[in-house]
Amino acid sequence: MPAISLAKAPQPASTNPAQIRNFCIIAHIDHGKSTLADRMLGITEVVDPRNMREQYLDRMDIERERGITIKSQAVRLPWRSGIDGDEYILNLIDTPGHVDFTYEVSRSLAACEGAVLLVDCAQGIEAQTLANLYLAMENNLTIIPVLNKIDLPNAQPEKFAAELAKLIGCEPEDCLRVSGKTGEGVKELLDEIIQQIPAPKGDPNAPARALIFDSVYDSYRGVVTYVRVIDGHLSPREQIQMFSTGVRHEALEVGVISPEPIASKGLGVGEVGYLITGVKDVRQSRVGDTITTFNNPTKQGLAGYKDPKPMVFSGLFPLDGADFPVLREALDKLQLNDAALVYEPESSAALGFGFRCGFLGLLHMEIVRERLEREHKLNLISTAPNVVYNVTMADGREVRVTNPSEFPDGKVAIVKEPIVKSTILAPSEFIGTIMDLCQDRRGVLLGMDYISEDRVEIRYDLPLAEIVFDFFDQLKGRTKGYASLDYEEKGDAEGNLVKVDILLQGEAVDAFSAVVHRDKAYAYGVMMTGKLRQLIPRQQFEVPIQAAIGSRIIARESIRAIRKDVLAKCYGGDISRKRKLLEKQKEGKKRMKMVGRVEVPQEAFVAALATDADIEKVKAARKL
Amino acid sequence: MALSFYVHIPYCIKRCGYCDFNTYTPNELQDGATLEIVSSDYIDAVLSELEAAPTDQVPTIFFGGGTPSLLPADDLGRVIVAIKLRNGISPDCEITLEANPDSVTAQKLAQYVEVGFNRISFGMQSAKPHVLAVLDRTHNPENVEKAVTMARAAGFTSISVDLIYGTPGESLDDWRETVSTALALDIDHMSAYALIVETGTKLAAQIKRGDLVMPDDDLMADMYLLVDQLCMRAGLDWYELSNWSKLGHECRHNIAYWENKNWWGLGPGAHSHVDGKRFWNVKHPTAYKQKLFAGQSPVADSEVLTAGQIGLEAILLGIRMRGGLDIELLEPYQIELLATFRGDGFVELSDNRALLTPTGRLIADRIVREITI
Repeated sequence: MPAISLAKAPQPASTNPAQIRNFCIIAHIDHGKSTLADRMLGITEVVDPRNMREQYLDRMDIERERGITIKSQAVRLPWRSGIDGDEYILNLIDTPGHVDFTYEVSRSLAACEGAVLLVDCAQGIEAQTLANLYLAMENNLTIIPVLNKIDLPNAQPEKFAAELAKLIGCEPEDCLRVSGKTGEGVKELLDEIIQQIPAPKGDPNAPARALIFDSVYDSYRGVVTYVRVIDGHLSPREQIQMFSTGVRHEALEVGVISPEPIASKGLGVGEVGYLITGVKDVRQSRVGDTITTFNNPTKQGLAGYKDPKPMVFSGLFPLDGADFPVLREALDKLQLNDAALVYEPESSAALGFGFRCGFLGLLHMEIVRERLEREHKLNLISTAPNVVYNVTMADGREVRVTNPSEFPDGKVAIVKEPIVKSTILAPSEFIGTIMDLCQDRRGVLLGMDYISEDRVEIRYDLPLAEIVFDFFDQLKGRTKGYASLDYEEKGDAEGNLVKVDILLQGEAVDAFSAVVHRDKAYAYGVMMTGKLRQLIPRQQFEVPIQAAIGSRIIARESIRAIRKDVLAKCYGGDISRKRKLLEKQKEGKKRMKMVGRVEVPQEAFVAALATDADIEKVKAARKL
Repeated sequence: MALSFYVHIPYCIKRCGYCDFNTYTPNELQDGATLEIVSSDYIDAVLSELEAAPTDQVPTIFFGGGTPSLLPADDLGRVIVAIKLRNGISPDCEITLEANPDSVTAQKLAQYVEVGFNRISFGMQSAKPHVLAVLDRTHNPENVEKAVTMARAAGFTSISVDLIYGTPGESLDDWRETVSTALALDIDHMSAYALIVETGTKLAAQIKRGDLVMPDDDLMADMYLLVDQLCMRAGLDWYELSNWSKLGHECRHNIAYWENKNWWGLGPGAHSHVDGKRFWNVKHPTAYKQKLFAGQSPVADSEVLTAGQIGLEAILLGIRMRGGLDIELLEPYQIELLATFRGDGFVELSDNRALLTPTGRLIADRIVREITI
């Protein structure tokens, strides 16, 4: 059998780098990465068949449900090559697969010498996969193209083999064909990884340098830091030091994951494993940083370290104001495990007390919100996501705006907004509709290439703010779900942007203020005033709803005064019933938010701020 | 203290599509008997419940339902006689019969007057056949005029009709015609109620399926303002939100409810109020009868009102009356809140009383909600 028992396999800290292969799997959501990883765990026998479960490496409920990986994992797999019969250690570094986590992906890639490019041969490559593939190629990784799901009746391996070959510059027949589901081709893939991917190189005698590619908070053990050793050696009980901050910790435990954590005598050159120092906050052990030793520190940190930078902001408010302290505690807890999450308290006249939170992107935002609601039993309202604006006033003063309601009122000279370089992959029949959408969203066409006979890669510069606002839903909707999107930051650009306020009875409702392109201000005003007219119940007086840029009204609607609110029938027996109804209504009134004299039900805020997808979610939840 | 009586007659020939009252058709009764047989038996149960009531003098008796006019005058008369003998009635005691215009004859009406009834209230609902059809009413609109004339001839001194507005398919002109038709009759009193779709009724199911569409609240409001104007013009003055009458023909029984006086409800599902305590009977006639014939109380449940609840009820009922709300009942902040409605033309203040204008009456529940929270 090519599997080797853990006890007999080469041991951590004493494995010859020549026997090590470090690789990751680049794949799109639902192209079968987790199933293939499961199969590798089974074939190498590191997981007992009795303990096997689906998506073994995805630990959070949310990861399993959404079929995505948020946190990286690294598994040590011993394997005897079917080609040369030698023993090897394969380290599978499982990477997050989403555009929001590009930086994390890049660090995971930096920990590897090769990558398995896994593509569903019924669907073909997707934009995010392509982006990660380019990232891998930039990191000089050896790419092994693999077509998955060859067992599917609608598989088109020839078509997509040609597509992959064109992309990475190999021959179509170089593409391996596997089925994660049946296990077909997986042993051959493990052998190919050993054949094709180079062994790690490093200097065992140099000062220690290890790359942090993930950092996870565990409530029992504190922060668990995942590392790849480049040079030197890490040992337990040793004083280690973070290169970027100089902060010193003791390595309480060093080990490998196989796939449960096993403490080891240390980690040597080329090895991948974890270390525990007892710190309680992942921000003290940042992805991309270099770990060295206090006694013999390196002078040269590893390249590519960056501070995580929030790109998308949204206000989170508890539906029940009394839950504010719970929300604070929950955010504090989440931050222990999420170095990219930032937040500060804010108060909204309409929504009460909450936090303005910064996220890497939309998925990151959704995940944080979902974890807060699920793991901390909170009911939240979130304001429409926005980006960061850098505003220069006429007097030269500069203002950074993370909340549209704080957009300055005075004379504005320049407004800059973040731009992203986006890549869209889609069947060529959709080129027209995609270009219409991008044009409508202020896109600048950079170029277009056919990646196969009938699939194109379209590149646009787009303001991030346009993507943040339901771009992805629109793209999917217009292309029957076939298009995929990826984007990366490309700095700031000046935009003709204005703040639109929404006023109820002359009073601005902060939660509805938005920064939009001047040409779209009118459309936003009409949309929002119209939506609110539907959502806010009639009051005993007429309520004007206006959209305004500064003092200029650009759209108006009005909620006509209610004319009838009385139960005409009132018999003897009804008096108790009537009183009870009134008492119940009093309870209902407590959930109303007052904007001046206008009573607005919380549901109206939620519905006005929600996207269509959110509303579907709420409806689905109500049915349960 | 006086004690009014409500006598519930839980029987109808047919259930109307909008009705959720505690009433049963012969088909629905487990007894399987005809109404004539049921009637005498049922009155026995009512008389047995009467034994538990206080013995104060009685200013008003109201027979409601269901359709009290389905029962023979002699059976209803037994209840009146028993109350007279036991409590005594005031000389001007108002004794009301709710009647279906189809189920009365000159002879029957004369018999009702003979056993003591002096006020009659006909369920007219509408003058338009298409509206009556949606309401599932069986009567012929022309019968109403005959019934009213016969009732006057029989000796009823106060005659009222009940109308319903806001039925699906009813236009403002339909409603104008209904009100005008009613006002052309020889009546002293009119009640006009907005149609309420109660869950569980046939009408609710038709609306849910989309077969019928409820009129919007604006049309309902216009209908209310119209009936108010037409009544006032015809000399029927508004005295409670949904009631208009000639002077001296106000329904004193209903006023007793709204002024939180003491009353005793006899019959299944009937509610009583005695000195700040409310209680109500088991709902089904069969269960009601079984309890009483077994010598048990038919009371299903009760509540003792707190001072706060009594105060709240005084506001929510008082504001519906012509006399309005005594400002003394309100806290200073409530008066302040009321003043905002005054600015909007919903409320007038006079002689330390807050009075609702016609448009104010239309949002009475909202005003109560605003000032009591």
